[in-house]
Amino acid sequence: MSAQKIVNDFSINIATVNGSGSQTANSTLLRAFFKMGIPISGKNLFPSNIQGLPTWYLIRLNKEGFTARKEVSDIVVALNPASFVQDLASVPPGGAFFYADDIRLPINRSDISLYPMPVKPLSRESDVSPNLRDYVANMVYVGVLAHMLGVPEAVLQESVSYQFKGKEKATEANMKVVRAAMQWAAANLTKTDPFAVEPMDATQGLIMTDGNTAAALGSIYGGLQFAAWYPITPSSSLAETLNQYLPKLRKTPDGKNTYAVLQAEDELAAIGMAIGAGWSGLRALTATSGPGLSLMTEYAGLAHFAEVPVVIWDIQRAGPSTGLPTRTAQGDLTLVNFLSHGDTQHVILLPGTIKECFEFGWQAFDLAERLQGPVFVLSDLDLGMNQWMSEPFDYPNRPIDRGKVLWEEDLEKLNGIWARYQDVDGDGIPYRTVPGNLHPAAAWFARGAGHDETSRYSEDPQVWESNLLRIKKKYESIKPLLPEPLIDEAGSDVGIIAYGSVIPAVAEARSLLASRSGVRTDFLRLRALPCTQPVHDFVARHKRVYFVEANRDGQLRQLASIAMPAQAHKFRSACHTDGLPLSAEWVARTILEQEERS
Amino acid sequence: MTAPAAPSQVNRIGLTKTDYRGLPSTLCPGCGHNSIANQIIAACYELGILPEKVVKFSGIGCSSKSPAYFLGRAFGFNGVHGRMPSLATGARFGDPSLEFIGVSGDGDTASIGMGQFKHVIRRNVPMLYIIENNGVYGLTKGQFSATAEVGLSLKYQGTNPYMPVDMCMEALASNATFVARSFAGDSKQVKELIKAGISHHGIAVLDIISPCVTFNNEENSFHSYTWSKDHSEPLHEIAFVPKLKEIEFEDPFEEGETREVTMHDGSTVVLKKLEKDYDPTDRWQALRMMEEAQRNNWLVTGLIYYETGRPALTDLYNLPETPMNRLGESDLRPAPETLEGINASFM
Repeated sequence: MSAQKIVNDFSINIATVNGSGSQTANSTLLRAFFKMGIPISGKNLFPSNIQGLPTWYLIRLNKEGFTARKEVSDIVVALNPASFVQDLASVPPGGAFFYADDIRLPINRSDISLYPMPVKPLSRESDVSPNLRDYVANMVYVGVLAHMLGVPEAVLQESVSYQFKGKEKATEANMKVVRAAMQWAAANLTKTDPFAVEPMDATQGLIMTDGNTAAALGSIYGGLQFAAWYPITPSSSLAETLNQYLPKLRKTPDGKNTYAVLQAEDELAAIGMAIGAGWSGLRALTATSGPGLSLMTEYAGLAHFAEVPVVIWDIQRAGPSTGLPTRTAQGDLTLVNFLSHGDTQHVILLPGTIKECFEFGWQAFDLAERLQGPVFVLSDLDLGMNQWMSEPFDYPNRPIDRGKVLWEEDLEKLNGIWARYQDVDGDGIPYRTVPGNLHPAAAWFARGAGHDETSRYSEDPQVWESNLLRIKKKYESIKPLLPEPLIDEAGSDVGIIAYGSVIPAVAEARSLLASRSGVRTDFLRLRALPCTQPVHDFVARHKRVYFVEANRDGQLRQLASIAMPAQAHKFRSACHTDGLPLSAEWVARTILEQEERS
Repeated sequence: MTAPAAPSQVNRIGLTKTDYRGLPSTLCPGCGHNSIANQIIAACYELGILPEKVVKFSGIGCSSKSPAYFLGRAFGFNGVHGRMPSLATGARFGDPSLEFIGVSGDGDTASIGMGQFKHVIRRNVPMLYIIENNGVYGLTKGQFSATAEVGLSLKYQGTNPYMPVDMCMEALASNATFVARSFAGDSKQVKELIKAGISHHGIAVLDIISPCVTFNNEENSFHSYTWSKDHSEPLHEIAFVPKLKEIEFEDPFEEGETREVTMHDGSTVVLKKLEKDYDPTDRWQALRMMEEAQRNNWLVTGLIYYETGRPALTDLYNLPETPMNRLGESDLRPAPETLEGINASFM
């Protein structure tokens, strides 16, 4: 049954019970492959539950660097009796099935490699207390899998130590089980599957982390001073990571904090606090997901209209309503774009990599203070919570931009003559002062009601309209400061536009389309809204433009149709939402079907 | 020796009362809110606070318009309905040396604002939180609010079938560190309580019955001038004495038994005992008295509860001496080598 060896190009699905501590074991395996220099991705498909429901962890290894989710996993590791039957059925012919041998369910497959694992006896090898034994039990499959795939013990040692932050006792307790499992596998299992790992150098110099961690760190290097948040999956870890790093990175020489992080009573308050802080001259942030964003709508409109800088991270999950709280989607785009009643359109940053989560983390504050308004950053559960390889973070390449703020000495020079909403520079962006400025002419009254240039209440028709038009101009002025789209183009008639976590699926789909079907495509990776001239030009240069996105209605295509109505006849959707990250196979198939019809 | 300015014209920091005024009010003539705005002006003038050191907050409704009508030289933020507390909470971190005055109404605080009201109290955010309480929604033309008494009949609304919310009870239940009630018609008491509330280090809730002359001023209504005057039961006469070494204050009460409550900044609230012997530092007594007042249909006014020593919000964050909104890049962006360490930790 031994087929030709398949090296560094397969995927693993580990089926466990939520809350059983398998996350550490899965991360250990992932980190071990990464440390061997093999391109990888790890995606946690977890339930909205503390303990007991099935959870799956997908690891993909691909020597060419493609990291999108595979629809089928070549290797399945089954530790959960509840999902055992479906997990067994999911293994493709020629695949491998590792399972805990205490699960006594019938196994009716002769077309796959079967590897029973004595999980319970092996987990007793560790000298941890009995109440922790279930947690280290997961290290059994780490050891068995590592042996069968060819991961050196030394790499595992490094990886386990990484998980336990170098703590020797915990590392050794877990390594005991890993070693026992490796030895048991060597003595008792005969390899009949083709999958193997071999060291490469494709991850040299790279880092591996999640987007929420990157976003939090980027915000800290962007000078974040205030964050208010309310717990919601999948955004909570962004704020929690702030709490983890701020005390280390942001103290004055005399030990004072240059920041404050506050857990609000709800999202209504979280955004209110962030706007209050932004108005008072602090770099302020809140992070949430769809349901929280719905609650923040009213205050977002106030920040837009009263012109208060604030950064709002939306780590998207599958909606509408409560939806699938632990599954990914790109379904908030149109909501965020217009968030609020009346004529409102926002600036949205669209990170597509871990590195960009960091970069947009600090850039968002510069933009918000330059614009004087809310800046949204759209990530999602896949990008925010899963582990991704990335180039290391670059230190910000330009000084902090606080925008147009007047202090006492500035007002002194102006003889106190200024008006809060006056378009002095012709760019629609006025000057502002912040509380604490003691110049007698500094104060102004912020409000969501109609106001004139001096911020006084006004219902005057002309004052109202000219204010709205000035705000519109402001959003035109800010466009050159937005992250430019990244374009990969070689003269094809077919263009693809996408953003965010679907990028790996698009990259691989383009390769599949070219190699299997001879369909060559050009690609524009959108990194911000509103659309800038390079996007218009890209669309103009192509006969057919596909928008690939993880939602039902093709929301990016909808917005593009509004922005480029004369080009909308070219637009096609490759959109899909089932809570899972898009696969390259699906993207390629969906584009090909439409290409064949054209 | 230079000739001193006429003492009645300027306060201790040399400002005239005009320096504390705002824009002309657009509320109805005779509205209780206007007299409260005037007492805020008088209180700040008498305390000698620099108007630029005050920040005003409000939500939505008649009450929330009123910050435009006092302290025109102070920053202000008119937020969304019932949610001025969150704005103030965030803004507190910009420059903690500022004084915050929030003006809300019963429609604003007792309904949509109830959650944020409870939490701004729970966090002991340093601010004077005034509720201009008239039992109706004035700006939308006279619907019942959640503080309207059960059985109240209004011309176009019929009869209110629901029990009212008592904001002072709510504040006490939430562990507010300063709870007071007054009546807009008693301008002296309103002013003294505003002064004490501004000087308090923490949340100061001041519920002021402020009759709506247009929609809820029937003689039998709890929130009317007539009823409030007839049923008002002051707990004490009250005077606020700021801690100012250079000025000698006379005994505010010429005779009668008084009680002094020392505040965080060393100033005192002097309470002259009336009929009851009331101790505003006893929370249990405060709750009992509120219950008693409700049963007897009294409008109890005065300093209901006061507590020192509990840290205010901004005491809990180890903030720098320099206001955070004046920190520069060197304070805000960590050094490049720290990022190298972080990158290495993810390899």
